[in-house]
Amino acid sequence: MSLAANARGDDYRAPGGLRTWLTTRDHKRIGLLYLVSIVVLFALGAGAAALMRLELLTPAGDLVTPAVYDRLFSLHGIVMVWFFLIPSIPATLGNFLLPMMIGAPDVAFPRLNLASWYLFVAGSAFTLATVLLGGVDTGWTFYTPYSTLFSNAHVVLAAAGVFVVGFSSILTGLNFVVTVHTLRAPGMYWRRLPLFVWAQYATALVMLLATPVLAMLLVLIVLERAAGIGIFDPALGGDPLLFQHLFWFYSHPAVYIMLLPAMGVVSEVIACFARKRVFGYRFVVAATLAIAAIGFLVWGHHMFVAGQSPWASAVFSALSFLVAVPSAIKVFNWTATLYRGRISFPAPMLYALSFILLFVIGGLTGLMLAALAVDVHLHDTYFVVAHFHYIMVGGAVSGLLAGLHFWWPKMCGRQYPEGLARVAALLLFAGFNVTFFPQYLLGYLGMPRRYHSYPAPFEGLNLLSSLGTLLLAAGYLLPLGYLAWSWWRGARAGRDPWRAAGLEWQTTSPPPAHNFASTPMVTREAYDYAGIDAHA
Amino acid sequence: MSDLVAWLPAAASAHARSVDQVFLALLAVSVLTVVVVTAALGVLALRYRAGARAPRDPRVLRSPRLEAAWSLLTLVVFVALCAWSTRVYLATLEPPADTLDIAVTAAQWRWRFEHPGGIVERGELHVPVGRPVRLVLDARDVIHSFYVPALRLKQDAVPGRYTSTWFELDTAGEYPVRCAEFCGTGHATMRATLVALAADDFAAWHEQAAAGASGETPAQRGGALFESLGCASCHAADSATPAPDLHGVAGREVTLADGSTLRADAEYIRESILAPRARVVAGYDPIMPSFEGQLEDAELRALVAYVESLAEASP
Amino acid sequence: MPDALVPSRPDAQAAARQAALLGMWVFLATEVLFFGALFAVYAELRHAAPQAAAAASSHLYREVAIVNTALLLTSSYLVALAVHAARAGADARAARLLGRTAMLGIAFLALKGGEYAAEYHAAELPLPGLAVAAPGDAYARFVDLYIVMTGAHALHVAVGVGALLAARGWLRRGHSAGARRVEVVALYWHFVDIVWVFLFPLLYLVDR
Repeated sequence: MSLAANARGDDYRAPGGLRTWLTTRDHKRIGLLYLVSIVVLFALGAGAAALMRLELLTPAGDLVTPAVYDRLFSLHGIVMVWFFLIPSIPATLGNFLLPMMIGAPDVAFPRLNLASWYLFVAGSAFTLATVLLGGVDTGWTFYTPYSTLFSNAHVVLAAAGVFVVGFSSILTGLNFVVTVHTLRAPGMYWRRLPLFVWAQYATALVMLLATPVLAMLLVLIVLERAAGIGIFDPALGGDPLLFQHLFWFYSHPAVYIMLLPAMGVVSEVIACFARKRVFGYRFVVAATLAIAAIGFLVWGHHMFVAGQSPWASAVFSALSFLVAVPSAIKVFNWTATLYRGRISFPAPMLYALSFILLFVIGGLTGLMLAALAVDVHLHDTYFVVAHFHYIMVGGAVSGLLAGLHFWWPKMCGRQYPEGLARVAALLLFAGFNVTFFPQYLLGYLGMPRRYHSYPAPFEGLNLLSSLGTLLLAAGYLLPLGYLAWSWWRGARAGRDPWRAAGLEWQTTSPPPAHNFASTPMVTREAYDYAGIDAHA
Repeated sequence: MSDLVAWLPAAASAHARSVDQVFLALLAVSVLTVVVVTAALGVLALRYRAGARAPRDPRVLRSPRLEAAWSLLTLVVFVALCAWSTRVYLATLEPPADTLDIAVTAAQWRWRFEHPGGIVERGELHVPVGRPVRLVLDARDVIHSFYVPALRLKQDAVPGRYTSTWFELDTAGEYPVRCAEFCGTGHATMRATLVALAADDFAAWHEQAAAGASGETPAQRGGALFESLGCASCHAADSATPAPDLHGVAGREVTLADGSTLRADAEYIRESILAPRARVVAGYDPIMPSFEGQLEDAELRALVAYVESLAEASP
Repeated sequence: MPDALVPSRPDAQAAARQAALLGMWVFLATEVLFFGALFAVYAELRHAAPQAAAAASSHLYREVAIVNTALLLTSSYLVALAVHAARAGADARAARLLGRTAMLGIAFLALKGGEYAAEYHAAELPLPGLAVAAPGDAYARFVDLYIVMTGAHALHVAVGVGALLAARGWLRRGHSAGARRVEVVALYWHFVDIVWVFLFPLLYLVDR
């Protein structure tokens, strides 16, 4: 194809010195820098989780002290939310692919893009320092007045880390919005944008509008703790519920920062392996934007038992049911995409299908938590823990793995080992369910979360959950191993091994530094699989 | 039905059973959805797998009618479930008259319960079956959450304000009370037992427990404080100082200086003692001094109880 | 957004300008939410304790704030003239105007600093670190919020002054993207002014 720059050695990874990587402005290299960083932080968060599940094997708190356990779940939450899930797909796959998918040579502000990664590294350094100095014990939620007056752990340091990393996601969001607006190739109209790009765009808007509230909140926490500025602490005249309102104003939309990009990946993968345009493209786009918008209006469902006005709770409950409608629409459209397709099942497709199933379960149990009467019982129990892991691990992590496998040949020009990858996808699905499904039952039976020890009747289900983590660990370690191996040793993949429709497949694998030898002209609708297969 | 719900945790109140019903309805809809989606994915994936003999259609398929149908169906089902659940919740919002009022104070990492008549319990809360019990909660340090799984009931205890909830048990027994909001290293062991006794047994327990207590109700102690702190000199019907007469105020709608209205509940009365100038009732000057820092928590509670007890009394 | 990627198109300069301005608008949207969190805290306080807020507000140095408001409004006018001049290619005039705008910003900061110092020395406000008996917690909380809100704004003014001076430098060195950058910086400066236009009545004029 004329768009491909085929000169041998014209690879974005050359020249390869460390210095060229650390000063790069190439969005693809920055995506990879992010990928390596989040894998390291994921390992840290997963290690903390493994220790927690080990502690919870038996009812007695006999492995670590309560103080250590509190630090473990706080570390797990802070690292997984801010240093893994939030940047997971946008900063890695989004950075790598978004410009290519719209036919652009790079993002709009390449230097800011690199700055974003450095901020991420700086924030991670704060978090690591927090761990080395003895950790933080407030949970990822930093609820006042515990965090401002009563905790004697390193709250200020941990908050500083999250504050800094918040700016890295603001910069990513800003870059994506401006890039999509200004750098689309000729013919790449909005109605032709791949759904992955739409998802990144909606996610970027949420990042831009929610993150600054979190940033200000963390400033206020630090001021209250360090300087006695009384905003939230009742002992200083403050209002702890105000903290919760502002915190969830960020942290609920943050769930959609994690989820929407994964939905974007699933749309690409399903379309490619069903050889069909996504059913109801315009409805899926509208649903994406609706989720991002309504997602800003549901934060109060985290506060049904906090002392919030019951009428406010009723409104938040109704809005939370409403936000589930566009999510359901997406599931139906993905399912309908399979109709009269020609379906194959390589690893990315397996991950995408397991995304749909786990997301459906996570979403429906989310409705139970949005239902006022039921949430009063389930709030702050293991039911909530199970629910958000179905969304964040079953959803966001399945999406990330689907995307990594799908675009792996594009990123390194080599194919991952298909057989092993399918085994890993099935292992992850099984391990995930064994680990987290028992937690739904524990929650309805009344086991609160963040418990270091627990009453004896809960032992069996906790044991099952802890054993599930063994399968889960295998499901994570296997891809880590074979993906790393295939980066150097995998079979060579061509320009477009999946015969996929996106612009990113029209350049070489791996792509050259500026993506395309000449600016592509877009003449087809998105997902024109009918056209591609007719030529084959 | 009873077999079906055998795995549900014990339910000790009518409300708990209504919550279970809402939950089971949500569960039924969820299971149905999961089965339908899984079946649809499975059937389509098998039938149209590459290599199978099946009709293919490379054209772009779209059906706004189908989209509208499933969007609308989802919306209707969701609205119905939400409405039902909200109704169950709102139905139990206002406690009935004649509740047994118990003050709950949460502190790292223990529960303290005070009955009318000055009976104080720690670690156990004795309540009668068949009579509504109202809890007024506060916390001495951080946020805690009073959670009784058997009642499907949870209420945060927040420092610096009163929150309240109520329940009516219909089955005698002992039920665990847990803290549901993370509150520090003792969070997991911050437990108590709710002991629900039949009316006769409760009366017997109460008689025995009252022998060791002062016998004074919080409202009585509050009345004494009201005199000794000098509140009565302004807050009297015939006082020269323009302060509101507090008879019949508690629980009523009051109009503030800025024209807004609010209900004079326990929390507003507490605030008016500690920060009297924050929200002043229309027609009065903001001249009352703050009692912030001058009252023990128990004294504050007694004063609030006294003002609440004036609700029924005529001036 | 000074380093906008220039696409290889005939209208490259226009596209770069569009990207830079859009980038700043998007950034300002995040700034609105950043201050929005503080305004939410403020609204809650005003709702919970209107009288205490009014009482605390009446102790602030209103006259200084009036002068400061005038300074910032004038500076917005000057920076608008600078954009006009830069677009017309009158680089020297634009650079002069930017310098004056920055001077007004510095004057604002000096007055604000003097205000903080006077408040601290007079010890009539319950500032953090001062043991002043305040008539109620809400009163002290209003003062705390005053410090945080004006402090966050002053930080933005300081950044804005830096940006103005940088833009002046680019113009003087005849940087090819100079005019574009002046526009972007001016946009930011207008935003900083607008925040103050909200802060002034909300903090200083509560009882009026």
